[in-house]
Amino acid sequence: MFACIYVPNFLVVAALRAEPDLRACAVAILEGKPPLEKIIAVNKQAATRGIAPGMTKAQAELCTELTLRPRSSWQESAAHAALLDCAQSFSPCVEDTARDTVLIDLAGMESLFGSLPEICRAIFDCAGALGVHAHVAIASNPDAALLSARGFPGVTLIPAGKEAEQLDSLPVEVLFADRLEGDEKKEADSLVETLDRWGIRDLHALAALPEVALSERLGQEGLRLQKLARGTASRTLGPIEELLVFEEAIELEHPIVLLEPLAFLLNRLLEQLCTRLASRALATQELRLTLELSNLTGVEDEFENAGIDSESDDTSSHTVILSRDGASRSEAPAESKDPYLRQSILQWNGHRPRQSKFVRTLRLPLPMLDSKIFLKLLQLDLSAHPPGAPIVKIHLAAEPVRPRPAQGGLFHPPSPEPEKLELTLARIAGLVGEQKAGAVELLDTHRPEGFRMQRFVSEVPPKISREKNAEPANPKAAEENQSAVTALRRFRPPLRARVTLENGQPVHLVCQKKDVQGHVLWKAGPWRFSGDWWEREAWARDEWDVALQNDALPHNSNIALYRLVHDLLGGGWFVEGTYD
Amino acid sequence: MGPVGRSSIACFVQSAIVNQKPAIESSIVPASRLEIRPSPQMASSGIAALDALTGGLPRGCLTEICGAASSGRTTVLLSTLAAATRRGEFCALVDASDALDPHSAAAAGVKLKRLLWVRCGENSTQRHRDTEKNFSKTNSDQPKAEQRLEQVLRATDLLLESGGFGLIVLDLADLPLPSARRIPLTTWFRFRRAVEHTPTILVAIEPQPIAGSCSSLLLQLGSQNHREEAMEKVPAHAHLLTELQIHAELVRSRLDRKPVRSVMFVAQTAWAG
Repeated sequence: MFACIYVPNFLVVAALRAEPDLRACAVAILEGKPPLEKIIAVNKQAATRGIAPGMTKAQAELCTELTLRPRSSWQESAAHAALLDCAQSFSPCVEDTARDTVLIDLAGMESLFGSLPEICRAIFDCAGALGVHAHVAIASNPDAALLSARGFPGVTLIPAGKEAEQLDSLPVEVLFADRLEGDEKKEADSLVETLDRWGIRDLHALAALPEVALSERLGQEGLRLQKLARGTASRTLGPIEELLVFEEAIELEHPIVLLEPLAFLLNRLLEQLCTRLASRALATQELRLTLELSNLTGVEDEFENAGIDSESDDTSSHTVILSRDGASRSEAPAESKDPYLRQSILQWNGHRPRQSKFVRTLRLPLPMLDSKIFLKLLQLDLSAHPPGAPIVKIHLAAEPVRPRPAQGGLFHPPSPEPEKLELTLARIAGLVGEQKAGAVELLDTHRPEGFRMQRFVSEVPPKISREKNAEPANPKAAEENQSAVTALRRFRPPLRARVTLENGQPVHLVCQKKDVQGHVLWKAGPWRFSGDWWEREAWARDEWDVALQNDALPHNSNIALYRLVHDLLGGGWFVEGTYD
Repeated sequence: MGPVGRSSIACFVQSAIVNQKPAIESSIVPASRLEIRPSPQMASSGIAALDALTGGLPRGCLTEICGAASSGRTTVLLSTLAAATRRGEFCALVDASDALDPHSAAAAGVKLKRLLWVRCGENSTQRHRDTEKNFSKTNSDQPKAEQRLEQVLRATDLLLESGGFGLIVLDLADLPLPSARRIPLTTWFRFRRAVEHTPTILVAIEPQPIAGSCSSLLLQLGSQNHREEAMEKVPAHAHLLTELQIHAELVRSRLDRKPVRSVMFVAQTAWAG
C-alpha cells in the first residue's frame, strides 16, 4: 500500500506556517517586481472576498481586510522539508513527487504503526503538528493514492480493488494538477479542453471510454490518463536520498528593532525545528541563527559582499557589526542593567551597516531538543550581542545529531541537568562576563597563570569514566592517603610592592593594600624561574616565600605567608598571592 | 441578661468542649512525640582531622569557614573540593576575588573538569594578559566590592536553582569585611532554604562569621606562622616552605551540641614531597 500527502494551496500554507496567527485572516501571496506584483495564491477567506490569482497588487489592496505576503522561497523550502520529515518519520521509502506532494511506501509499516486507518490518521496528525495542513490518502498504487489525495480533503482510504469506484467522481482536472507552468500547462489545458468538448468531465466517464478509440485520438498519453482514471496504473516509487537539512526562515514585512518581538518569531521557528527533529528522532548540538539586517540608507553598501557571513569558529567569539567609524557597536544598551529583564534595544546610530548579515552560532555541549531552552539561550546571547541594525529576515538552522542516551546510573552521584545547566551558565556568563565561568584546563607550561577556561560540561565523557574506574576501589582509603596541600591564593592582578633589601634579600615590604605590608619575619628563596625566551612574551622572575608581620593588624592574625616575585625583565616587585 | 441566661451559656460551652475533647486531644501531639528532624548526611572534607572534629560537612546545610589570611581557609576549601570531585560529584566555586590558583587546586587533587569556577569581578581576561606580560597594573583598578558581591549572590542563586551540584562554595575571603557584612540575613536564609532537603553542601569562606544562625557548622581557622628559626645562621636559600600548621576550632554545630573543640593538622606544600 502507498500513502500520499498532498498540500493544497501550498504557497499559502507555507506562508501561514511561518505566521500561524494569519490562519483566520484573508491572505494572498504576491509575486513579481514592484510595481508589477501579481497575486498568485489566495486562501479561502480571501477567495470569498473576491480576491483571485492574477489580480494586481493595486486591485487586491482595495480589499482592506486582505493581508498580502510576498512569495518566499525560504518558507516554501521549509514547508517542503517539513513535508518530507513527516513522510520519513513513517517510512524510509519516500518519493519527493512534487513540491506539495509526497508519496510513501507503507509496505511492512502496519506492524509498527497499526492498521491502515490508524496510519492514515497518524500521518495527517503529524503533518498538522509540523504546521502543514494536508490531505492524506492511502491506496494500493501510488497514482491512485496521489489522485485521491488531490481530489478528496482530509483522510481517504481506498481498499484494494476499489480504486475505480472511489476515483470516478473526481474531475478530469485532477489528472493535470501537477502541470502548473510553461508548455506542460498549455498541453494540459488543451487536453482538458478536448475532453470537455467530448463531454468527459470526470474520471468515471474517462475510464469508460473504449481504449482503442481513445488511443487513436489521444495516443499513448490518452491511454495513460485512462489507466490513471481507472486506478490501475502501476509504477515503482523513486525514493529520495535522505537529506538532513533542518532550516526555517521568516521574511519580515517590517523590520524588527526590539528583542521581544524577535523572541516571539524565534520561538515559532524553534518549535517548528524541534518538531521536525523530533519526527526524525534527532536532536541538535548546534543552532545557527542568521539575521538579515536592513540597509539603513536603502542603498547597497559597498562592504556588503565583503562582510557577509563573517563568523568565527570560536564558540565565544561573535560577529560584530561595525559602524562606519570602525568602532564596535555590539555592546548592550547602557540603561539595561538587568540581564534577565531588560528589553534590549538593538542599537544603531544612523550609520550604514557594513554587513547585511549577522550570524550567531549556538554550540551546545550535548545534544538537546527543547525549544524553550534554545529560545532562552538565544535571547541571552542576543542581549549580550545585539545585531546592531533592524532585522528584516530570520533564518535558523539546526545541525542534526543523535539524541544522547538519557539513562543515568542509579548509584551515580547527582549531576546538574544539562539543559538547566546550559541555561544557568549562559545567565552567569551574562552576569560575570564570557570566558569567566567554566572549567579550568591547565596548559603544558611553567608560565604563571598557565591555564585557560573551557566549557563546563556536566556529563563526563567515557574516557574520564574509564579513568575513574582505574581509581582505587575504596574511595575512603584514597581520601586518607591524600593529605592536605597548602594552597596559594592569588591576587589578580599581582600587587605592586616596594621592597627594602638587605644583602639582596627582602627585609621590609610596603604595598598599596594595607593588609599586605610589614617586616619580613622569615624568607625562603630566591627561586628563579624563566621561560618562553624564544618568544616575544618571555618571562623571568625570582620567587620568594616570605612571612610578613603586619603590626597594624590584630595580634592573632598579624603574620601571613606571601609569595613575593621580582620581575627580572620588567623590573619591580610584586606580591603574587598568599599561602592560605 | 440574668444569671440564669449566663449559666445556660456556660453550660452550653462546657458541653461543647466536652463533646469536642476527643477531637482536640487527638490533634495535639505531646512534645515527647514530636517528629525528630532527621540529621543530615555528612560528607568528608578530605582532611581526616577535620572530619574527626566535625563529623564531616553536612549536606543540605550551610557551613561557614572563617579565618584571617594564611589561616588555611583555601587549603581546607581545596581539600573539600578534591574530596567531592573524587566522589564523582560536580562542584561550583563562586570566587568573589578571582583568587583561585588552578595549579594549587590540581595539586590538592581537585578534578578540574568537575569544577565550575565562576570568576566574579570586572572583565579580567585582558587584565590578566597584561599582568602576565609586565605586571604593569596595580590594584587601583580593582572592581568595586559591591559589584563583585552582587555577582556572587546572583550567581549563587542561579547555581542553587539549577541544582545537581554536590558542593557549592562561596569564596568571600578577600572581600572587605564591611562589604561582606552588608549581605542581608534574608539572603543567607534564602540560601539555606534553597539548599535544604538537597544533597548539596553549601560552604562559605569568610574572614569572619557573617551568616548568623543560618549556618549549621562554623569553623574558625588559624595557623602558626612563627618562623624565626635561626635566620641569622642560615641563608634564605637554605630555607624551604614545607608546611602550614592549621588550627581548626569548631565554634558552632547545630548537629552536635558540644563545647568548643579544636584540632591541629598540617598542610604540606606541593613541593615538599
